[in-house]
Amino acid sequence: MTAARRGLGFGFWLSISWLIVISLAAIFAPWLPLKDPGENYIVAGARPPYGPSSTHWLGTDQDARDVFARTIFGARTSLVIGFGAISFGIILGGTLGVLSGYFRGWTDRIASIVMLILLSFPGLILAILITALLDRGLATIAITLGILGVAPVGRLARASTLVFAERDFVTAARAIGSSNRRIIVRELLPNVVIPMAALSLLGMAIAIVAEGGLAFLGLSVDEGVTWGKLILLGAGTRDLERAPWISFGPISMLFLTVLALNYAGDRLRDYFDVKDITL
Amino acid sequence: MSQTQASLRGGPEPLVSVRGLRTLFATERGLVRAVDGVDLNIHKGRSLGIVGESGCGKTVLSRSIMGLLPSTAHREGSVRYEGHELVGKSVGSMRRFWGQEMSMVFQNPMVSLNPVMRIGEQIAEPLRIHLGMSRSDARDTALQLLEEVRIPEPKRRLRQYAHELSGGMRQRVVIAIALSCGPAILFADEPTTALDVTVQSQILDLIAERRQDRNMAVVLVTHDLGVVAGHTNEIAVMYAGKIVERAPTNELFANVKMPYTRSLLRSIPRLDDDPHTRLHAISGRPPDLIDPPSGCRFAPRCAYARERCHVEAPPLQPTENPDHVYACWYPVGSAEFFEREEELVATGVHVRGRQ
Amino acid sequence: MSGAGHAHLRELNDAVLQVRDLEVTFGSGRAPRVQAVSGVSFDIARGETLGIVGESGCGKSTTGRAIMQMPPATAGSVLFEGDDLGAMSPSELRLARTRVQMIFQDPISSLNPRRRVRDSVAEPLDIWSRGTSAERRQVVDDILADVGIDPERAAVARPHEFSGGQCQRISIARALVLSPTLLICDEPVSALDVSVQAQVLNLLEDLKARYSLTMMFIAHDLAVVKNISDRVAVMYLGRLCEIAPSRELYEHPAHHYTRVLLDSIPVPDPEVIAVGHELVGDLPSPVDPPSGCRFHTRCPAADDQCRTEEPVMRAVGEDHYVACHHPLVTSVAIST
Repeated sequence: MTAARRGLGFGFWLSISWLIVISLAAIFAPWLPLKDPGENYIVAGARPPYGPSSTHWLGTDQDARDVFARTIFGARTSLVIGFGAISFGIILGGTLGVLSGYFRGWTDRIASIVMLILLSFPGLILAILITALLDRGLATIAITLGILGVAPVGRLARASTLVFAERDFVTAARAIGSSNRRIIVRELLPNVVIPMAALSLLGMAIAIVAEGGLAFLGLSVDEGVTWGKLILLGAGTRDLERAPWISFGPISMLFLTVLALNYAGDRLRDYFDVKDITL
Repeated sequence: MSQTQASLRGGPEPLVSVRGLRTLFATERGLVRAVDGVDLNIHKGRSLGIVGESGCGKTVLSRSIMGLLPSTAHREGSVRYEGHELVGKSVGSMRRFWGQEMSMVFQNPMVSLNPVMRIGEQIAEPLRIHLGMSRSDARDTALQLLEEVRIPEPKRRLRQYAHELSGGMRQRVVIAIALSCGPAILFADEPTTALDVTVQSQILDLIAERRQDRNMAVVLVTHDLGVVAGHTNEIAVMYAGKIVERAPTNELFANVKMPYTRSLLRSIPRLDDDPHTRLHAISGRPPDLIDPPSGCRFAPRCAYARERCHVEAPPLQPTENPDHVYACWYPVGSAEFFEREEELVATGVHVRGRQ
Repeated sequence: MSGAGHAHLRELNDAVLQVRDLEVTFGSGRAPRVQAVSGVSFDIARGETLGIVGESGCGKSTTGRAIMQMPPATAGSVLFEGDDLGAMSPSELRLARTRVQMIFQDPISSLNPRRRVRDSVAEPLDIWSRGTSAERRQVVDDILADVGIDPERAAVARPHEFSGGQCQRISIARALVLSPTLLICDEPVSALDVSVQAQVLNLLEDLKARYSLTMMFIAHDLAVVKNISDRVAVMYLGRLCEIAPSRELYEHPAHHYTRVLLDSIPVPDPEVIAVGHELVGDLPSPVDPPSGCRFHTRCPAADDQCRTEEPVMRAVGEDHYVACHHPLVTSVAIST
């Protein structure tokens, strides 16, 4: 009996739509009819921050800069950091995991030790260390967060590779003369990539939140705005009481994006799980 | 239907009586009729074999009787256990039956044991939960149970984990757990399929012994008629959700009526056949239970089917032996059957041989 | 160590496979070393089907895989059509393996769940770029039709859309697409229903004739093995116990273990009372196998000689050899 195949569901497509909208907005931000994120829109006779109004939908910050525009521009950096971090994690961790799961032996032992060290090294300290020593450019932040993702991604990749490498279709592939590269690319990757894709969405969410954490320590990117930095700006106790809108914009954007990433990741994993357990 | 019920004759009150049982699964593609109108009696201390190919509904039938079904399933009809109607009972009220009145042994002993729990704890757990035994009583009983299923060095096994045991020993442990609360009826779903032939007969003998000294009913579900031959009193053959033949074991083997049963029997390779003897495979697959064929459901795969078989569903009817019922218009032994058999032999499709 | 000896090896002028003193040891470093196969020798003539039976853990599957060099044997030699597979370079081995193919027990796990089954069947031809793409398509379609799978459905469907029996047919098609000489079948029907099992066994017989195959058929069910094999070898705990033509083995089993295997087959006839040759105890651990004859711990005829001295293969009939000190068939005077 074939298990009834449910679709990915409305929630998944809603999440994906949100992610597409926010990505497009981030990419095309300079051409959108937005306020200038750097401009101080000071109104004579009133002290910023100004609350939400028809001119400033989400209000302005203490320097009278438009929160909505800054949030959209902040998405540029935050999404790039999230995407860059997880790409780094997937490429390095995934390669390490798949190779060690497939070849076992020495490859596996060395890779396992590397991952163990990465896992046991306190992530925050590592981030502080790197960002304190190197210039805090976009790439540095993304790679720093990416390094933290290498071990979890690598472990998942190794575990799922182990499961599939045991299966007879891999033995059969070897018997028909497939090279190791072909077995990895044609037989194993298509199976391993699904749980990895699900994890990468979750990982991207984690990286975006982690950037916020770094921002609080003053260790996020030097130049430009990120969601983390924007939230920090309005997160002083007095500001929160007086002008909650300053962080409300970036917080809700961060919340919705992370929620969408998590939800889509979960659904994706469940959806592809079903196929394996039929029969 | 009335004919079928008439065929389930009186005699001692059965432990379980199943009447008109239907189990339906709602799926995306439609309603799957996994069990489609089954009548059965299960008697104390007797052993019933339920036989058929995968996808014929035998596993669903045994689980429907026990009430162990996923939430997408819907049961209709009646299952009476010692006078209690079980169809319609909630999971909560079924719990008092599971383990203590009815229990089940599954096909794969590795999956049915908890890998991180010691064998002793796994046997003791139901004793403490269901029977309220103290820790030490439960341990003593667990030891007795392991002895009862003839596991060598039972004391040592109590402290071991499932992965430290061989496949046969694991299945013995599963049986010990199933027996722990003294069930009146034991369902064994393909209990030996995952095991070596050498271990297979040991496990079947073990179940038979425990049945006799506990006066317990046993339902043996399998695809292999060879397995049930020596270990059951009665056999029900299922096809496409229905029982197509039911008879006392000796009677069935001596006097097969339904061509399906005969094909199942002949598809087993026999040791007394010469090497390279062509086996009688049944071509094709069991039908889709969402839209089963009209008429006799086996007709599309039956070499003896005639026009009537495709339009009119045969009822279960008794043979000279009233305990032996079958659902076929042209059963083994009928003139039409022989006529077709002659044609098949003449065209070389079949080899003339033992029945 | 000579294992069970070589008395049973034949002088074949057209041997497809000659295995000598095969030994496979697992585990290294601090892990306990397990000798899964120790000193196994046998040969298969062209067009012959050799059955290998034994319980799980007897080393039969390991033997099959060691022939494919997956993993290679620890010691001993595997001559395939005269070439030593163990001495080949990786690229020579890749080429040689196309002539030895294998099918496995679990039909579901034998196929990549994410690939369309037609692609899986076509894969070997793609790897070796045999013929033009039109020719390849034709070969794949023909083979799929031969095993009873609709090529059009195979082009779009993935393994989970097929039944276990159909998946096994697809695996067989993939193994045959390179037209191998030797087909190693590792428990190909033990996961299937009896009705489907009969279909697959019949199919293997048909394909063997059509593709002029030599087969090695590994299983735990002696009735199945007897049906398909010309000769049968019985293995116990990594050793060869007995080898004989299949009818001879069934009619005159010489090893006590063979006797037990035969008796444990359920007979589909309630009138037949089980003879009661049942095995006592469990399979001993292969980490620390019994001394002498490995079966002595469970053998009704075991004595001191069996406990200390390892039996060697000797003739007890026409092409019938047994490694037992006290065989059930009395020795026949045959010069060896």
